[in-house]
Amino acid sequence: MTMSEFNIRQKAWSAGLIVLFFVGWELFCLVTGMSDLILPRPSQVLATLFAKFWILWPHILQTLATTMLGFVLGVALGVVLGAIIGVSKVAYDTAYPLLVGFSSIPKVAVVPIFVLWFGSGTVPAVLTALSICFFPIVVNIATGLATTEPELEDVLKALGASKFDILWNVGLPRTMPFFFASLKVAVSYAFVGAVLSETVASNRGIGNVMMTASSNFDVPLVFAGLFVLAFLGVVLYVVFSLIEGQVTGWATRKNDLVAT
Amino acid sequence: MLASGLHAFPFMTRMQPNAAFRKDGDTVAAARSAAPIAIELSNASVTFGRGEKAVPALSETTLRIPDGEFVALVGPSGCGKSTILRLVSGLVRPTTGVVIVGGREVAAKALRIGMAFQNPTMLPWMTIEQNIMLPLKIVEPFRSEFRKLKRTVFRDKAHALLEQVGLKGFASRYPWQLSGGMLQRANLCRALIHEPRMMLLDEPFGALDQFTREELWSILQQLWMMHRPTVLLVTHDLREAAFLASRICVMSARPGRILDDSEVSFTRPRTIEMTFEPDFVALNQRLREFIVNARTAPSDGKP
Repeated sequence: MTMSEFNIRQKAWSAGLIVLFFVGWELFCLVTGMSDLILPRPSQVLATLFAKFWILWPHILQTLATTMLGFVLGVALGVVLGAIIGVSKVAYDTAYPLLVGFSSIPKVAVVPIFVLWFGSGTVPAVLTALSICFFPIVVNIATGLATTEPELEDVLKALGASKFDILWNVGLPRTMPFFFASLKVAVSYAFVGAVLSETVASNRGIGNVMMTASSNFDVPLVFAGLFVLAFLGVVLYVVFSLIEGQVTGWATRKNDLVAT
Repeated sequence: MLASGLHAFPFMTRMQPNAAFRKDGDTVAAARSAAPIAIELSNASVTFGRGEKAVPALSETTLRIPDGEFVALVGPSGCGKSTILRLVSGLVRPTTGVVIVGGREVAAKALRIGMAFQNPTMLPWMTIEQNIMLPLKIVEPFRSEFRKLKRTVFRDKAHALLEQVGLKGFASRYPWQLSGGMLQRANLCRALIHEPRMMLLDEPFGALDQFTREELWSILQQLWMMHRPTVLLVTHDLREAAFLASRICVMSARPGRILDDSEVSFTRPRTIEMTFEPDFVALNQRLREFIVNARTAPSDGKP
């Protein structure tokens, strides 16, 4: 069995499992006669989704926009902080406890503070997304920079390379696989943050739609929102995985080269 | 010409067995003074840390290396051989004494030194050719012309070097596609591409198998004879030192100092076969004794 055959088979099994999950869910509801106020069937959820798609659409855009804005700001902040911390051992040791402390606060607890400061709506959603997604980026950038081989640094220093030369030619490129690996995690986090904040304090976005639907006992719509979120989450993850593969192929390409 | 010939040996015939390895006599000292001094350590010592935690790494050492000489540093492990390299490259400052390289006191300033370590540290995202050209990206006068010439003059330069070490056709491969020995050849190319007057090699062949190592000795010898940089080679391998160097310094156990400093006068190019001849073996044995004694020296405190 060749590698690609193995991969195809693997993917077929994964797809099969997903289908099986939904079929099982559908059958479970039918057999037990489950009320759709508790657990609607997937087919009902899909029907609701199609029927109300144009009502959901602006909310989808809103959630995506806040996610991406929070994500971009979080990445910018994360890269700067990560670079500072990664270049200097002192900064790393000094700032790390504070960062860990900050990152271990459950972000849902921060939302009321953002709402207090900025009112409900888009701003707290963006800030929540930002605050939840920058940490993995900081850690990965800092790790990438801190793991530069000391021998190579010596070689370059002996040539008279400045700190910036080393950072530019060695440190940052080395960080790229860590950075892109962290991007796909960070974008999922940002998404969670945005939805979280919308759920608690907003009148727009998928999170808010789900809260409203829930209080109206429109359970199929709640699940439709959940489906949308799952779909968007997967899409964001896949997009950034593909970018990662394109940009930093050198870090993972080892496996395919056995054949060449 | 006789003066420079004495430390370069191209004109000398094989010496008598008992003369193959000489103490640093007056003649040699006189010969050395003729060539400009490339590296000079005057009573340089290095201590890492301060107070109670201070670790003396190198005792006061005086060492003069004329331009174009190939010097090997041998000694028991942890004796400060690498510390001397780091002193010369400006990565470490002497705690006492002075280090003068290329006529100037060493600061962490561009000296165009080529360095190679046991770990070839090729950057995985660059091809071999790009890796080798890295110093040109950093060192003047190449740096300011790098963008302009990287696809023409500089690339040809890299290819010429690759050909000299037997890596022709591997320029556009990536590091992981090469074996350890090939990477180490590329490492030598990277240490030479910017035409350094000085090469500092820290056990560059330590991780290679015997046959690859011997092959690379010949390549390094060839490169040295062609480019004639001043070379300071740190090694554990006495055969390697005797094969490559024109002068061998034996160091004591930590904190290191130079116990013995002698010329090696075999003709060049030396061949691997020569390393099995009696006078070469005798030289090896002499070096070995020095190091065995250095390891068990009471000054060390522990064996």
